[in-house]
Amino acid sequence: MCDFPFFSLVCTGEIFELKAELNSDKKEKKKEAVKKVIASMTVGKDVSALFPDVVNCMQTDNLELKKLVYLYLMNYAKSQPDMAIMAVNTFVKDCEDPNPLIRALAVRTMGCIRVDKITEYLCEPLRKCLKDEDPYVRKTAAVCVAKLHDINAQLVEDQGFLDTLKDLISDSNPMVVANAVAALSEIAESHPNSNLLDLNPQTINKLLTALNECTEWGQIFILDCLANYTPRDDRESQSICERVTPRLSHANSAVVLSAVKVLMKFMEMLPKDLDYYGTLLKKLAPPLVTLLSAEPELQYVALRNINLIVQRRPEILKHEMKVFFVKYNDPIYVKLEKLDIMIRLASQANIAQVLAELKEYATEVDVDFVRKAVRAIGRCAIKVEQSAERCVSTLLDLIQTKVNYVVQEAIVVIKDIFRKYPNKYESVIATLCENLDSLDEPEARAAMIWIVGEYAERIDNADELLESFLEGFHDESTQVQLQLLTAIVKLFLKKPTETQELVQQVLSLATQDSDNPDLRDRGYIYWRLLSTDPVAAKEVVLAEKPLISEETDLIEPTLLEELICHIGTLASVYHKPPSAFVEGSRGVQHKRLPGSAGSADSPDTGSAAGVSEAPPAVIPSQGDLLGDLLNLDLTPPTTSGPPPAPSSGMQMGAMDLLGGGLDSLVGLLHLGGDLGGSPAMGAGFGAPPTAMPASFPPPVSGGLDDLFDLGGSVGMPMGAYSPPKSIWLPAMKAKGLEISGTFARRAGVIQMEMTLTNKAMSIMTDFAIQFNRNSFGLAPAGPLQVLTPVGPNQSIEVALPLSTVGPVMKMEPLTNLQVAVKNNIDVFYFSSQYPISMLFVEDGKMERQVFLATWKDIPNDNEAQFQIKDCHLNSDAASSKLQGSNVFTIAKRTVEGQDMLYQSMKLTNGIWVLAELRVQAGNPNYTVSTVS
Amino acid sequence: MIGGLFIYNHKGEVLISRVYRDDIGRNAVDAFRVNVIHARQQVRSPVTNIARTSFFHVKRSNIWLAAVTKQNVNAAMVFEFLYKMCDVMTAYFGKISEENIKNNFVLIYELLDEILDFGYPQNSETGALKTFITQQGIKGQTKEEQSQITSQVTGQIGWRREGIKYRRNELFLDVLESVNLLMSPQGQVLSAHVSGRVVMKSYLSGMPECKFGMNDKIVIDKQGKGGASDEAGKSGKQSIAIDDCTFHQCVRLSKFDSERSISFIPPDGEYELMRYRTTKDIILPFRVIPLVREVGRTKLEVKVVIKSNFKPSLLAQKIEVRIPTPLNTSGVQVICMKGKAKYKASENAIVWKIKRMAGMKESQISAEIELLPTNDKKKWARPPISMNFEVPFAPSGLKVRYLKVFESKLNYSDHDVIKWVRYIGRSGIYETRC
Repeated sequence: MCDFPFFSLVCTGEIFELKAELNSDKKEKKKEAVKKVIASMTVGKDVSALFPDVVNCMQTDNLELKKLVYLYLMNYAKSQPDMAIMAVNTFVKDCEDPNPLIRALAVRTMGCIRVDKITEYLCEPLRKCLKDEDPYVRKTAAVCVAKLHDINAQLVEDQGFLDTLKDLISDSNPMVVANAVAALSEIAESHPNSNLLDLNPQTINKLLTALNECTEWGQIFILDCLANYTPRDDRESQSICERVTPRLSHANSAVVLSAVKVLMKFMEMLPKDLDYYGTLLKKLAPPLVTLLSAEPELQYVALRNINLIVQRRPEILKHEMKVFFVKYNDPIYVKLEKLDIMIRLASQANIAQVLAELKEYATEVDVDFVRKAVRAIGRCAIKVEQSAERCVSTLLDLIQTKVNYVVQEAIVVIKDIFRKYPNKYESVIATLCENLDSLDEPEARAAMIWIVGEYAERIDNADELLESFLEGFHDESTQVQLQLLTAIVKLFLKKPTETQELVQQVLSLATQDSDNPDLRDRGYIYWRLLSTDPVAAKEVVLAEKPLISEETDLIEPTLLEELICHIGTLASVYHKPPSAFVEGSRGVQHKRLPGSAGSADSPDTGSAAGVSEAPPAVIPSQGDLLGDLLNLDLTPPTTSGPPPAPSSGMQMGAMDLLGGGLDSLVGLLHLGGDLGGSPAMGAGFGAPPTAMPASFPPPVSGGLDDLFDLGGSVGMPMGAYSPPKSIWLPAMKAKGLEISGTFARRAGVIQMEMTLTNKAMSIMTDFAIQFNRNSFGLAPAGPLQVLTPVGPNQSIEVALPLSTVGPVMKMEPLTNLQVAVKNNIDVFYFSSQYPISMLFVEDGKMERQVFLATWKDIPNDNEAQFQIKDCHLNSDAASSKLQGSNVFTIAKRTVEGQDMLYQSMKLTNGIWVLAELRVQAGNPNYTVSTVS
Repeated sequence: MIGGLFIYNHKGEVLISRVYRDDIGRNAVDAFRVNVIHARQQVRSPVTNIARTSFFHVKRSNIWLAAVTKQNVNAAMVFEFLYKMCDVMTAYFGKISEENIKNNFVLIYELLDEILDFGYPQNSETGALKTFITQQGIKGQTKEEQSQITSQVTGQIGWRREGIKYRRNELFLDVLESVNLLMSPQGQVLSAHVSGRVVMKSYLSGMPECKFGMNDKIVIDKQGKGGASDEAGKSGKQSIAIDDCTFHQCVRLSKFDSERSISFIPPDGEYELMRYRTTKDIILPFRVIPLVREVGRTKLEVKVVIKSNFKPSLLAQKIEVRIPTPLNTSGVQVICMKGKAKYKASENAIVWKIKRMAGMKESQISAEIELLPTNDKKKWARPPISMNFEVPFAPSGLKVRYLKVFESKLNYSDHDVIKWVRYIGRSGIYETRC
């Protein structure tokens, strides 16, 4: 015999054996067989073949056997729905059993069987059980409603179970109340707008009464539910707080944390000058500290929450620094969290102690922990000015240990200290330079390079140092490459005479030999800056840097508020809103702290905090600490706007300052006929390169024709041109739905404005819209906002914002858009044409010189000419009118009585269109030639 | 709420798997095994998110208990539940081991069905559970018995059943404290606190109403105001300031909050009445004075003096001082005045054990540690010297003043109850840096 008889079976022959045993007459043998089946099920073997045999064992008065069979049913019923029906009778019978334990067992199990046919049979027994005389059955039935709702929400509503569940909140038994609250809370979560959990002072009072009497778990359900309530005024808020505070002494940490959540939330409503407010603050600290003597896993949860609480209300724990000191035997996850909180609590009063601790930690074994400790020293320096000197000397001590990762980490933080306190600690640079060779991590290398570049004038051999990095330029990470480029440019601006060669070398490395667009772009920017206007370059590159702010990783205030509402839950552990890790509709509602009722004058009460109190400048994280493109960013910037190139006197000829290397640059600036594909587009204008359809001009002119049709819309104000609505979808074709609409560009957003008219006899609901792929990648930016049903003969106006990031496919004609609209009746298709002017973006104004050069470089056969007839505007009026539609006039010239307007516009996909508009005074006809 | 609960052995084989929610599939069982149990790196967090599924785990010896969910559950509650689950299992079949779990898997499934419904924890007091979840099966319950069970499971006093009878009404109170200390090499107290527990074993008939009193500063001061002033001064000295305390769910918290009186109807048998923490005026039973000198690169000299700091009439027991040694230690010579000391290479420490030591005494150990020369640049981290001991008093100074028992329905009074009180102070993390 094997040691564990139930865990030692496999192969197919055994299924057969089990079958025989299950059908045996002997009760004991049957039971053993069912046990074996369950054991196989546990380890993941498929024993579904035994379904009928196991179900046959269900009719027994042996409770233990019954429970085993039920367990089997819960697992396999879903895969064998027809067979599962066989069990229904027994369930229904069991729900009538005189023994309340069996009644509850039956209703509990039935709720776990997710088979539609069975759920139908469940309704009647459940209804009875909800009104059962025994509280044990009622509390089980309450949870069963939640189960049923999860399977078939509609059924639960139709059967009126929700009302019965609401009634249970007034039940005499506290556990029934708690389970009803739990079930209702869960159901309410999936119906965000329903008024299911109708929390009013009466129900709150009932809940608070039950709170004193129910089990620890029930207390958690009730407290979590209370946290969703918003008291009417500060008095109600206070009275709830008073009744919740005793929970802070509960042995169960989850009860304590949920109570903390309620208090933290309701405290927002209390006026700060109230005595009770101060008392409450004092009462919160001890239980939070006590949580730290719980088991490590709970400590971790507690610490993650304390981290939030400390950010929201630092005053609560400001005197409790010592309890966050790391113990040698703490698990690593507890150590790291404690460290975080220590930094948050560090202040002038306790900084000496904190520093001594941090120094101690920096000698520990765990690499992550040591790094974080070193980083923490740097953060203390930035946070507490008085301690900066102490911190720097501690860091220098640590650098002397020569432990590789300690040195690297120390250098990274010293860089930040330099930024915070310029011209104070630069004497240590020499020590740092000694460790140059040992740096092998990108962040540390980048930091060191930044230091060398920034203080190039004080480091005698700065050029040699930087040159040494340059040797392996291509093997470095982007971060280091970018930093090296910037540092060398700085060096050049500081010591132009000796380093000309070096700067040329790095610029050509960056622009010619690199595949990285960020690096290339930055290289070009510097190159142009240096070549056109070295003075301006100096102003830009060596500009005064903004001071680094003290808190580098504060959670963004609105997120923090939301997380405070989720204290104790997973959201507070992950420091992410529930929507970030929960699928489906659950938890997507964003919770907010209630606003303060009284004293609006106190600066940081309630949600007013975000508005009245300027939040400290938040720097996201160490990585992109210095997001200053032109000077010091350590990571590739995600958005790089167009360079603020000096606008004056940019002559093509003058570009040739730095010699041969520039030729390529100049060459790139010529916009060839293959306009979209040229990288210079990306480099020079920050527009994404796009492939351009070969037959572009004709349809464009078609579109332009539309736009330049100025005569027709004389009365229009300065806004963008938008054609009048036309009928896109006649009612005849769409079962009574008529859609007319137009396109417009409003405040930089393309909108599709539609009027939906219901000409049918029935109500229309559930509108949705979709676009086919089109030439400019137009796609709805959001769902169609038709919230109310449209009744017969009713019509509504909708504006649908569009984005241009959808899939692209060339259409014929170019501006054709195929649309599908769906409602409760059917899906309808129609197509419409949008005016090209809608796609002209706001930054379509081209530099004059560039315009000139571009115009010249576009081959003549890309040009299209046509005439606009009957336009009675003069050139200025036309120009300002066109400007409203993002057609920018670059220059105006008067030749032989003709006004020539040179105009540029840019399409959403980055293609530039240039136009010349010839207006002859007295002649109502304009001549337009466009090139692109 | 909790979507499922799995128990694995150290190899990652599933011993128990119970799924409560439809959103948890069978693959969740494997995901945890692959990503956590079999992960190459040490576990960095007790909460793991794998493919939008969150796993909470605790370990007991080499058994993993994992709770799974896809929702934003109350994380503190999940861990509390896992601990509770361990307690319940221990109460039923002793140590949590692979063998015990395999032998009791039917029972465990039955328990899981009862204490977790659709992922919501239900009554998990072993006292109540044992009345209707037995391994013998329930036989011949009368209707009254059944309704008694259900009313107890759901009732206000879910932790005690009615009709308990003892011939001798007796109760035991243990005040168990652990002193935690972190001291700098110079003898400065960096942090010190006592975390204490009052454990009660009650063998009382009926539904007794109990009232517990101790020398809590707040209570004594309040009483002192009413009484004579000199008495207040006297008792003030003996009272202690409790930073915070938590109570078993039987204690009426609202009453404690308003009157600071601890009243309750106790569960039958052993349970933890309260936990508390103090940080002021702690009696530190021992002081450790370390002296570490590095003689060249291959030798260390260590001298450690311990001083006992309590009444000479009391005896401390099971004293153990652990002096860490560097990893490259090649040999150690130890001389100690008292007890036995040994270098344990596998633990990288010198362990010095003394069976008994009276108060106000002093003892010393000196050791020479020889080191192998290494070219390892990493410095030795010098872990702190730690100490273990047991003393027969409460280092916080806590005293039980009374525990009164009232049972109006039965004919025994407070005087008839035999009461025992015992104080034990143990070392928690008692460390001195060197």
